[in-house]
Amino acid sequence: MPDSLPSDSVGLVSPQTVHFDTPIELACGQTLDSYDLVVETYGTLNPEASNAVLICHALSGHHHAAGYHSMDDKKPGWWDSCIGPGKPIDTNRFFVVSLNNLGGCHGSTGPNSTNPATGKPYGPDFPVITVADWVKSQACLADRLGIEQWAAVVGGSLGGMQALQWSLDYPDRLRHSVVIASTPRLSAQNIAFNEVARQAITSDREFHDGRYYDFDTVPRRGLMLARMVGHITYLSDASMGEKFGRELREEAYKFGFDAEFQVESYLRYQGERFSESFDANTYLLMTRALDYFDPAYSAGGDLAKALAPASCEYLVLSFSTDWRFSPERSEEMVNAMISARKKVSYAEIDAPWGHDAFLIPTPRYTDIFTAYMDRAAREVGV
Amino acid sequence: MRPDLEIIQQWVQPGHHVLDLGCGNGTLLDFLQRERGATGFGLEINPDHITTCMAKGVSVIEQNLDTQGLDNFDDGMFDVVLMTQALQAVRRPDKVIEEMLRVGREGIVTFPNFAHWRLRWGLALSGRMPESDALPYKWYNTPNIRLCTFKDFEALCRQKGIRIKSRRVVDGQHQNSWLARLWPNLLGEIAIYRITRENP
Repeated sequence: MPDSLPSDSVGLVSPQTVHFDTPIELACGQTLDSYDLVVETYGTLNPEASNAVLICHALSGHHHAAGYHSMDDKKPGWWDSCIGPGKPIDTNRFFVVSLNNLGGCHGSTGPNSTNPATGKPYGPDFPVITVADWVKSQACLADRLGIEQWAAVVGGSLGGMQALQWSLDYPDRLRHSVVIASTPRLSAQNIAFNEVARQAITSDREFHDGRYYDFDTVPRRGLMLARMVGHITYLSDASMGEKFGRELREEAYKFGFDAEFQVESYLRYQGERFSESFDANTYLLMTRALDYFDPAYSAGGDLAKALAPASCEYLVLSFSTDWRFSPERSEEMVNAMISARKKVSYAEIDAPWGHDAFLIPTPRYTDIFTAYMDRAAREVGV
Repeated sequence: MRPDLEIIQQWVQPGHHVLDLGCGNGTLLDFLQRERGATGFGLEINPDHITTCMAKGVSVIEQNLDTQGLDNFDDGMFDVVLMTQALQAVRRPDKVIEEMLRVGREGIVTFPNFAHWRLRWGLALSGRMPESDALPYKWYNTPNIRLCTFKDFEALCRQKGIRIKSRRVVDGQHQNSWLARLWPNLLGEIAIYRITRENP
């Protein structure tokens, strides 16, 4: 924990729960009659309500993007490197809104919330949510906060998909869409990794067809395995090599199958920690939302055509060693934007950390992000 | 504004969709957007230039002409494709010019003239690789790997069936001089060509 809060931190923050009573119709055909979204905000909304920036989170993310909840916190929010006074998303200028998405497990309505129809947790009865559903719920949140148009919608990975979807579904409601380390659709390989993760969860004996809450248990092993597989795809071969190499925990081989290599114990630790704080049904939902995302689908596979309604400017960023959503996937998106005559800027940032690079403030990443957001701020007069 | 850019901007009409190859810090595109109502993109590989473009609001794509070409641009999608002082730095200028006129109706190309009298004189007298305001590098560190003369460029255009709509010649300070107009290949330091495949 910090003894005192860093000067470029948004400081101590507290989440709030926003309740919605207007039913939301979902892509799967089901309707949620009411729901909660947990939200954090940083900075101040200007009188014109023109300086708002929406942060969209990735697979395992949540509303706590920046600052600290208490002086006892070991770590700040998940994107603290990019959100704060003087940081790329400068809270001295922008009003930043960060939420836990529908279906999440950090306070927003999701599988572990009580289903009003049964008085029990939704579990597997919670509807499968899509990226477009999230964007729709985020638009309801914007209405509630009095934000007609976002200065920018920003996200990395699955968050970037939401930023892209915003530009198609609500073209007049954002000036900039910032899509970082993302992809216009998952590849077969991406879906395959997700399937391994889901199988790990659903084949855990403690899963009980998703009704583990009723049995007062959680599919901890399955969730741990899912996270271990996922985690490998977030790192690059080089960064794992540099961090762990073939280093052993003890001096010699023990000719057994315990975690002998450092990388094994690291993955186990990451998996275990995750399994204690994340809901298995939410993990299934999030990976499915990833699989289904494909805005070009309704335009016959032609992404440029799908982009036709968009009127915002785009910033697309990729990272050289990201093999989960490689630079080529970002370029696919950029090329479609060029074909569709949209305003777009693109850079591939040289960084060794694989997909995780979007969370790590390398100098060039910070410079570009800052320059772009600075102009977005000037445009709305802040 | 630099006289060469002043000349170029006159050839860009309001509403034109423009591609600037090697757009540098985006000065020209920024001007064309604000003053001429043009839209478009710049391609650049220098990280600092890319950041500056983004700060200015110039749409910039990180793309290397030598390795990536212009494959990602559709035929005829631009009214004008610009290339100022970069032709001599690409690996295959002939291919770049063809690609310019595939993706654009018209190309505007500027480059330094290797047959300018001072360069000829320098080489003849000293026997060393020439240097000038327009070519301020040493032979071993110059990015200018494909130097040519106005006559070379015009021969290439003829060979490829490309029509030169107009040519302006300026000196090292980018000034228009009557002497350079008289003997361009000897007295002109920088040429600005407007090229097309379309018939007059």
